[in-house]
Amino acid sequence: MRTALILLFLLALAAIPGSIVPQRDVDPFAVGRWQDSHPTLTPIYEVLGLFSVFDSAWFSAIYILLMISLMGCVFPRLKIYWRGMRARPPKVPRNLARLPESRSFMLDADPATAIEHAGSVLRKKRYRVDVHPDGSASGERGYLREAGNLVFHFSVLVVLIGFAVASLFGYKGGVIVVSGQGFSNSLSQYDEFVPGALFGPDDLSPFNFTVDAFDVEFLQGGAQAGMPIDFSADVTYQEAPGQPERTKVLAVNHPLDLEGGSVFLVGHGYAPRVTVRDGEGNLAYEGPVVFLPQDASFASFGVIKVPDAVPEQLGFEGVFLPTYGFTMERGPFSQFPDALDPVLSILPYEGDLGMDSGEPQSVYELDKDQLDVLKKPDGSDFRLDIALGQTKQLPDGAGTITFDGVDRWVKLQVSDSPGKLIALGGVLLAIAGLLASLFIRPRRSWVRVSSRDGRTFVELAGLDRSSGGDLKDEIDELEKLLQQHADGPNREKS
Amino acid sequence: MTTADFANFSNNAIAFASLVYVLAFLSHVAEFAWGRNVPVTALVREPVAVGASSTSREVPAADEPVVDVSVQRVETFGRIGISLTVLACLLHLGGLVSRGLASDPIRVPWGNMYEFAVVGAFGVTVIYLLLLPKYKLRWLGLPVTSFAIVVLMLAVLLLYVPAGPLVPALQSYWLVIHVIAAATGAGAFAIGAMASLLFLVKERAERRGTVKTTGYIARLPEAKALDRVAYRVHAFGFPIWTFAALVAGPIWAQYAWGRYWGWDPKEVWAFITWVVYAAYLHARATAGWKGKAAAVIALIGFGTVLFNFVGINLFGSGLHSYSGLD
Repeated sequence: MRTALILLFLLALAAIPGSIVPQRDVDPFAVGRWQDSHPTLTPIYEVLGLFSVFDSAWFSAIYILLMISLMGCVFPRLKIYWRGMRARPPKVPRNLARLPESRSFMLDADPATAIEHAGSVLRKKRYRVDVHPDGSASGERGYLREAGNLVFHFSVLVVLIGFAVASLFGYKGGVIVVSGQGFSNSLSQYDEFVPGALFGPDDLSPFNFTVDAFDVEFLQGGAQAGMPIDFSADVTYQEAPGQPERTKVLAVNHPLDLEGGSVFLVGHGYAPRVTVRDGEGNLAYEGPVVFLPQDASFASFGVIKVPDAVPEQLGFEGVFLPTYGFTMERGPFSQFPDALDPVLSILPYEGDLGMDSGEPQSVYELDKDQLDVLKKPDGSDFRLDIALGQTKQLPDGAGTITFDGVDRWVKLQVSDSPGKLIALGGVLLAIAGLLASLFIRPRRSWVRVSSRDGRTFVELAGLDRSSGGDLKDEIDELEKLLQQHADGPNREKS
Repeated sequence: MTTADFANFSNNAIAFASLVYVLAFLSHVAEFAWGRNVPVTALVREPVAVGASSTSREVPAADEPVVDVSVQRVETFGRIGISLTVLACLLHLGGLVSRGLASDPIRVPWGNMYEFAVVGAFGVTVIYLLLLPKYKLRWLGLPVTSFAIVVLMLAVLLLYVPAGPLVPALQSYWLVIHVIAAATGAGAFAIGAMASLLFLVKERAERRGTVKTTGYIARLPEAKALDRVAYRVHAFGFPIWTFAALVAGPIWAQYAWGRYWGWDPKEVWAFITWVVYAAYLHARATAGWKGKAAAVIALIGFGTVLFNFVGINLFGSGLHSYSGLD
């Protein structure tokens, strides 16, 4: 027990860093940001596994030791319980008056009837009863308490198995899909993908879907104006190529459940549609670009990369403001999350985007090593504020950019957690066991009768085998039931 | 009534509830003030002293009339305190119901941190009032009313946000199940923590032999009885917490976020709370850990509940960020 206690404390302590240090499985971007601002601590934390505490060797060691200690505790008890369950109630102690609760009283009925009645009273109170030939009876009840306790400990293992199944055979992926575009369930389509240890890319179910439309409604007035009250996406999906197409409204709390995976709507944002022409007037880029929301006003950050522009590649970096506002103190900002007066506020760059080196690049970042920001003649940065529908000239004839429209995107999570029902069953079983082990009172009661002065002397005593039971009430009640017999032997039948 | 009327009504009801809790608190203070010079044995007939030392002591004859008046006052103020707590609890309920009606469409009144705090304080009061007759808990009147006052005050002053609809993530019937269970479990843990704290105080006094015949500590039930109440309340809270944190939460998380357990900061702390209370139950059955050590573990457990509510909601990030505060 002491070992288990210490391991429980260690487990609680070990979990704490998982809530303080950003976790790779929870928020990989947060991990990146944290590492950028703590260059000295990062290698140390990395070695300690603090960025994925719950997969780390030391965390696993603690819970595996706890499970071993649990099994070492439960198996011997299982044997004892098995023996105890089949055993008869213990013999009547010689001196009943010395037990925690005892009573004695006189009855008119003869001893043989009295002890037989006592046996039936105890049986009716769901005791396991032995009536001994010497005029005494022993009863024991509450066997399920220990059973509940054992079930509880056993079901912790069941939950762990459920967890293990999910982490071996499950997967979790995230993808941003611009409204109007489609997705098919294959590895290359995902922005991020975390497979289970035994999950291969070929195990992905071949479903596909198209996001037809996305609706979001923001609270227009009142103190909480700007809070989203509802958002949903209309999707058309196929369980597999060749299967009939079906539609579904995807919303938070309303996932699309498919064979081998479910699709969840977890976020949304804006993708401004732009057209970029290069210095020679060629169409160099056309289409939506995903910008990531920075706060509740949906001011969104993003970059536009135009590798096809000549003579030099073009890049843009800046913010998308769904409802433009401007003050001298704040500069441009977004007044409201809905796209009421959208403006792109961006800085143009010229040079080499660095996309040819072969190294993978984030689509949300510009590699500015070989890029120069375009300047005004006075030397200040050439910031462009482009309203919807406007076209702006870049300086020095570098080209033009047009803000054609606003698309919306949805962040979808596709995941499968097999074994979730095992885990759920395990927890429910644990609660059932817990209730039994906390609220069933294991008790022993004994009755002895003897003849005294022509009447029957009854001794009654009880023992509570758990701490803090209300034994007194129980013995009081037994006493009442036994005495009722004195008023007439047939009363018990009524 | 319009939603704005309901919102006003709710604010007023919560303000009045706080006021009545203060009056209830003052009655309990008066109860103990009057009982200051009354030996515990003189109060043995009234519920608050049940379980207290039953060794009879001679009360000096000359003091008897004074004692009689005081005994009566103690009883009266104790009863007034409980009546006022019931009244405050009803106002509190009114404040919660109208808060739900103040939103269009109407909803359960727990969607942001202000409301969680108000619901949490309500849970603690309700559990106290429900257990009061059976376990004779009037000695908890003082801590429970103080708790309600402090929580409501902090909620109104620091956490208040105007009534409004729910964010989409909370629009689910699991909000009803998950939060009711979490509030009930946490409420039970709060009462359990109060009982454990008083147990530690009383146990220390008993051990040092400094329990006087009068005063607050003397009028608490004996340490063994306090320990038993603490255990029962924790035993009631633990399965409910298990359900809230490890069944209702994960099922909802599966619907809302596509994973039933993801070690989000709030989940981490709910897990820590669960482990600490599991340790409490173990400690009670382990030689050398019974009593004092177990009570300390229970207090640590409640500390983790509070940290999860305050620390993670306000300073943490993660998916459970529903404080509604900027």
